[in-house]
Amino acid sequence: MPATLAERGRDAAAAAAIALLLGIPMIGLTTVDQGGALRVQTRWPWLAVFVIAVFCGRWLLRYGLDRLRTRRTRARSDSTGTAARPAPGGRLPGALAWLTFGISLALPLVFSDNRYVIDTATTVLIYVMLGWGLNVVVGLAGLLDMGHAAFYAVGAYAYALLSTRFGWGFWEALPVAALIAAVFGLAVGWPSLRLRGDYLAIVTLGFGEIIRVVLLNGAEFSGGPNGISQIPRPSFFGLPFAPPGEAPTFAAFFGLEFSPMHRILFLYYVILMLALLTNALVLRLRRLPIGRAWEAMREDEIACRALGMNVTHIKLSAFALGAVLGGVAGVFFAARQGFISPESFTFNESAIILAIVVLGGMGSQFGVVLASLVLVLLPEIGRDFAEYRMLLFGAAMILIMIWRPGGILAQREPTLRLAAKDRRV
Amino acid sequence: MLRLAGVHVHYGPIHALRGIDLSVRVGEVVTLIGANGAGKSTLLMSLFGQPRISSGSIVFDGEDISRLPTHLIARRDISLVPEGRRVFPRMTVLENLLMGAATADADHRETELARMYALFPVLRERLQQRAGTLSGGEQQMLAIARGLMARPKLLLLDEPSLGLAPLYIKKIFHTLRELNEEHGVTILLVEQNAHHALRVAHRGYVLQHGRIVMSGSGRDLLASAEVRAAYLEGGQRSAPC
Ligand SMILES: Nc1ncnc2c1ncn2[C@@H]1O[C@H](COP(=O)(O)OP(=O)(O)OP(=O)(O)O)[C@@H](O)[C@H]1O
Ligand SMILES: [Mg+2]
Repeated sequence: MPATLAERGRDAAAAAAIALLLGIPMIGLTTVDQGGALRVQTRWPWLAVFVIAVFCGRWLLRYGLDRLRTRRTRARSDSTGTAARPAPGGRLPGALAWLTFGISLALPLVFSDNRYVIDTATTVLIYVMLGWGLNVVVGLAGLLDMGHAAFYAVGAYAYALLSTRFGWGFWEALPVAALIAAVFGLAVGWPSLRLRGDYLAIVTLGFGEIIRVVLLNGAEFSGGPNGISQIPRPSFFGLPFAPPGEAPTFAAFFGLEFSPMHRILFLYYVILMLALLTNALVLRLRRLPIGRAWEAMREDEIACRALGMNVTHIKLSAFALGAVLGGVAGVFFAARQGFISPESFTFNESAIILAIVVLGGMGSQFGVVLASLVLVLLPEIGRDFAEYRMLLFGAAMILIMIWRPGGILAQREPTLRLAAKDRRV
Repeated sequence: MLRLAGVHVHYGPIHALRGIDLSVRVGEVVTLIGANGAGKSTLLMSLFGQPRISSGSIVFDGEDISRLPTHLIARRDISLVPEGRRVFPRMTVLENLLMGAATADADHRETELARMYALFPVLRERLQQRAGTLSGGEQQMLAIARGLMARPKLLLLDEPSLGLAPLYIKKIFHTLRELNEEHGVTILLVEQNAHHALRVAHRGYVLQHGRIVMSGSGRDLLASAEVRAAYLEGGQRSAPC
């Protein structure tokens, strides 16, 4: 039911009251350093702006939600009796996804001089890759994996070792590192075939820690806590990004002036391409029997067995694919940083990747993108809030889960549309 | 078509089936009735190797299937509609149906779908609806249709009338009879609802404490005093539990 004007007003006022309460200590009062002593200063005008903004924002939000809801119910009552149609608004994330895609393509053109923006966008894309990898395991196959950073680490160290010890290039090492990650995926999947839910979570968590501890202690091959440095950066099909020298470089070949931004932009496009490939692959697999089998297994393992599906294969394939995608992200990470250490692959990392999948709405590809944006950008924006940064981060996570308990995009897209079906039958 | 001989099943210390001999011939509807905990579900599930039988043999179409892995048993011409429906709730009706045919060859998919729409017209109207939002009766029909998508010769059903209103129970049993008579599907049916089950069945078995205590034609069992007392009139006189 759409709310009346008074109801909306009351609702917005309640939100504003909460904002006021929270805002007094966070915005209204601030400390300034004056001659070595701390003094409390008030910022009442700012607080007023904040509270009014919350009031208006809440009002608009309610208004928008109500509009959406009435439109949806109306559409639903129209279509009863006839075959189900995709929910209106179901196209909305689709349009948004294309918009995001366009922005991500154009971003480097607009910000070609802004290293900070491109670097941050690259980080977002790494998390998108990681999120999509884990999404196969957790979102589609329903296997709660809390140690995804392990595969990230395996990919990163595989590339680091192949390149520093054996002189392999980025593109040769990528498939091999992915394969190694797949083997590790099978290594976790195999012993935990009978486990589900919380038990599986503990096993994968343990696995993640084992990998990290092994890397930390395997001084002779992994460099222990010092990690591996001077990992070669990817080249542009053999042309290095380097200041002009004897060997032909990227800048010299294309007659450009050397700029360190070239490599940054190139790396951005590499991860963008890897991410798009991943997306195409996962979307395609979801429509194939194997993808549907993953989802069916998430729903009911016993029913799957009764229908003649080999649950062992289904689980292992999900683990292997998730590991491969995590490994690829790891290879890219190592090549981009040029330096890796066990520090980068802690449980915290696994937790963030899992948070991305859960916040995004388990199984939703575009949800992962939105959640990665939120989780990477929030701490960045939060830098201005200094000590409130993590508070903001945590509060945002809680708010998202309250507002959308199933994740940002909880609606599951059917893998088959009716229209196509009707024509064939 | 299906023959069990001397089948025993243990759940740890629990001796759930104690020497079952049972057979189903081609074209029959056979029903298995018994009180809660008699071991009916255990019997059906053990045909699929979950749990494994501890002794005895299960022969289907001349082949001993008691040691085969579950997914390979399910790829023989035999389908199981498990107790409690177990549809895939977040997937659509159409996706559920296709999962039933996941291991069958794809050539028959469209004809099978058409056959299911004819058998269960409700499903056709709900193809894009999430299975979890169907009513209980619709879910049961979906579960049966999903099992049929693999074109089984033998259909095993565990309590298809569980929790359904009388009208739906009638519908389901009507469909089962149609399947048997017009589509030539052999059916082994586990039921609490002895009255309906014995009426559609050619033959029936009564299971009690893991043993078969009675067997005969559906009509004879329906007329038998013990069956009437235990399963049709509230079970006051000789309740097996
Ligand atoms: N997984 C299991 N582990 C241990 N015992 C079990 C298990 N499954 C069933 N049992 C036991 O085996 C016996 C038979 O159970 P079963 O489920 O076959 O009964 P049923 O005849 O299908 O009953 P209902 O009509 O209530 O479905 C029961 O005593 C039950 O407690
Ligand atoms: Mg039972």
